[in-house]
Amino acid sequence: MSKVDFNKETGPREVFCGLTSIVWLHRRMPDAFFLVVGSRTCAHLIQSAAGVMIFAEPRFGTAILEEKDLAGLADAHEELDRVVNDLIARRPEIKTLFLVGSCPSEVIKLDLATVAEKLNKRFFGQVRFVNYSGSGIETTFTQGEDGALKALIPLMESSNEEKLLLVGTLANNVEDRFKKIFRNLGISNIESFPPRQSTELPKIGKNTKVLLTQPYLSDTVRDLKHRGCEIISAPFPLGIEGSTKWFLAAARAFNISELKVHEIISPLINRSKLALESHKEILKGKKLFLLPESQLEISLARFLHNECEMDLIEVGTPYLNKDLMKEEINLLPDNTKIVEGQHVEKQLDRVRKSNPDLVVCGMGLANPLEAEGISTKWSIEMVFSPIHGIDQAADLAGLFSKPLRRNQILTSKTLVTH
Amino acid sequence: MELTLWTYEGPPHVGAMRIASSMKDIHYVLHAPQGDTYADLLFTMIERRGQRPPVTYTTFQARDLGGDTAELVKKNIKEAVDRFRPKTLLVGESCTAELIQDQPGALAKGMGFDMPIVNLELPAYSKKENWGASETFYQLTRTLLKEKVSFSEKINPLRWKKLGRRPKINILGPSLLGFRCRDDVIEIQRILSEQGIDTNVVAPLGASPEDIERLIDAEVNICLYQEIAEASCEWLKRNFGMEYTKTIPIGIKNTIEFINEVHNKLDLPLTNKQELEHKSKLPWYSKSVDSNYLTGKRVFIFGDGTHAIAAAKIAKEELGFEVVGLGTYTREMARQVRATAKDLNLEALITNNYLEVEDAMKKAAPELVLGTQMERHSAKRLGIPCSVISTPMHVQDVPARYSPQMGWEGANVIFDDWVHPLMMGLEEHLIDMFKHDFEFVDGHQSHLGHTATNTKDFLKSDEKKEKNSKEGIIWTESGRAELTKVPFFVRGKVKTNTEKYAILRGILEISDETLYDAKAYFSKLNY
Repeated sequence: MSKVDFNKETGPREVFCGLTSIVWLHRRMPDAFFLVVGSRTCAHLIQSAAGVMIFAEPRFGTAILEEKDLAGLADAHEELDRVVNDLIARRPEIKTLFLVGSCPSEVIKLDLATVAEKLNKRFFGQVRFVNYSGSGIETTFTQGEDGALKALIPLMESSNEEKLLLVGTLANNVEDRFKKIFRNLGISNIESFPPRQSTELPKIGKNTKVLLTQPYLSDTVRDLKHRGCEIISAPFPLGIEGSTKWFLAAARAFNISELKVHEIISPLINRSKLALESHKEILKGKKLFLLPESQLEISLARFLHNECEMDLIEVGTPYLNKDLMKEEINLLPDNTKIVEGQHVEKQLDRVRKSNPDLVVCGMGLANPLEAEGISTKWSIEMVFSPIHGIDQAADLAGLFSKPLRRNQILTSKTLVTH
Repeated sequence: MELTLWTYEGPPHVGAMRIASSMKDIHYVLHAPQGDTYADLLFTMIERRGQRPPVTYTTFQARDLGGDTAELVKKNIKEAVDRFRPKTLLVGESCTAELIQDQPGALAKGMGFDMPIVNLELPAYSKKENWGASETFYQLTRTLLKEKVSFSEKINPLRWKKLGRRPKINILGPSLLGFRCRDDVIEIQRILSEQGIDTNVVAPLGASPEDIERLIDAEVNICLYQEIAEASCEWLKRNFGMEYTKTIPIGIKNTIEFINEVHNKLDLPLTNKQELEHKSKLPWYSKSVDSNYLTGKRVFIFGDGTHAIAAAKIAKEELGFEVVGLGTYTREMARQVRATAKDLNLEALITNNYLEVEDAMKKAAPELVLGTQMERHSAKRLGIPCSVISTPMHVQDVPARYSPQMGWEGANVIFDDWVHPLMMGLEEHLIDMFKHDFEFVDGHQSHLGHTATNTKDFLKSDEKKEKNSKEGIIWTESGRAELTKVPFFVRGKVKTNTEKYAILRGILEISDETLYDAKAYFSKLNY
């Protein structure tokens, strides 16, 4: 492991909770519904994070706990039953219903597993129920996806067929590109988890080779291992370097020669390097500060340093699974400062003191930092944009070069009239 | 338990945040788990604020629950006070903290600070955002002024005469995330100043704790938004005898009535009564012949209490519309909205469920919808023009230009905002004249629904051209498949660029790889 500088910090945080991941999960699996059992705060959080407005009837909602549910005047389990019945009557096309625990439901110890079990019996053959927690007291932001995927694993049938399983939500077009490249490499049996339809869960077993596409899936990985799956150790497919090593690791697991991999991906790498060039010109030598949020921070830091030549001031991450991040950490330059956890005030003090050119942060902090003259990039955009793979490397760099370019345009001397 | 797909109002602690963020020298310590910081983005993204809300979140986690969360609260309070040095401290809890009963307010009061501390108890499982804002503003006012109650005589609204100065009023209720509050305040101050009335304090927007302490220097309170300020106005009336106004100055008639009400309370003669009607263009614009077509237009209204009631009055009496539906999500104002609806021979819709509102809208078959951003979406689905009149806030509801809802300029803004989404009178007439000409294209009927038609045309033509473009270039199946994955709004550009690239390179068949080659090529070129 390279000599990085690990730090831990506790204090007030400025990070989304796991419920937020519903925003992309419900789009990935259009036949599923996510029912949060929580408070008005939960409902307001998701609608605010989802871009404030809904253009059609959404495939997520909140069963809002009321005074009478808490005072024991109403049986919370019966109430939830009633809400689920109404929902299924209204949306008969739902195939999988996720009961999502929240901070209040965890604190009052509402047993969603038992509720799900009962509902599974009642709606057998029509709707499947699974439960997980997206609560802020247990999960941050992208960890919600980890919980949702982990909850689906028991529903996956066993099979000893050899296959490559891509784990973690990807944009559909990126997923297609990956599958095509793997097929060209000679891996024909490729599946994705989560799948595009919640009912089309891949079968897994001892010949399943898991390749992670996202770095925030610790619990899912553990349970897949328990089911006998082999986990391919690799950095994550962000940028040319990460993606190349990711393809190589997969090829090794399938005994495909390195030469073959290079033969297939070299043209991709060449054109991507070309496309990356102009972004690198802007990013090169610029100082970068990443605040914790999406859990992609370490991979992004590696890409922005190694391929775009940015200087890393500090790499924040909400939590750190050193085992899962081993390959990534090895690629970081020596002495990179990694800070796990957050004390938002102290961290912002460090931001101001270090005079960064670009700060990656949450939406609550972006405009205030801009108002102080510091360019920012919101981290939530990373989980909504297709950024994975060699072909997307320039787009990924573009997310960071754009605010700097804009800043250049707006502060350019030609605009100054006095 | 209530199934909610979308909610008009946030939880009550977000209301408290609105008050804290609106004011100066205040800090709010919120006992809350990770994730509740999402509320910051309402202020920094929607209102485009350049400052973070003055809120410290204790951020307790599951592992803290077994231990001492009270210590965590105290630690955060101490740090917040040391760092931000507020002149008044608000302490409260969000929904989850309410369940673990740490009593953060009581803890704060036991820590020996010399600043006033307001203990906010906002029941998260029964109340909502506006209630929380109102309660916070009330508790704050009460805390900062209660010591003066016994020493102060009842305030005589006529005392300005004896004091030999112009009469003074306070403007109460405007806050962040309130609909056009920023501009309403300027408009109302301007109108009152013209009448020789001075503004003592505007609160909570822009006020400091010291400003709250000097509220009693004014003679009368202007209750600008009942949802936020009525509880405080009532308390000030009960304890200091301060009168407050009830008329909301939205629309010409209500603005005139409001000016009359203020003058009556202050016993100040109104000398320019005749001029008032000419202060806004709305009366003349509404009377001018082009507006004839507005007569009897069916309008459906839904919003917060204040704006829904005002909109109904303007629609009927000042623009000559027919109100075919009226409702609100503000339960606290249900009685007033019902009364207004009854005068219009309607039954008011009181609900927090946007799907119920959409159903009611469908049944009422209106020609114009006045609602929130959610009704704008519903109306769009139904193909009905809509203008937004109320919160919940959207970034578009915080325009760069001056655009109040209240007073004379507010009436001008309302005329434009409500009438422009409709097809203009003259335009409607001309379309009727020319619609049988062969040049006439369906999509050109008006400025309504343009985007929808264009998108469809675009997609259709896309399909046709994809198969065979005139340069003899062929899109292979993989190329076409890749193209359909590109978001529709840039698909045209990607297609043109790829074809341009193919011609340049002498490529006859465009595959998915060509598309990516072109992408890389143009990405490089564009810098």
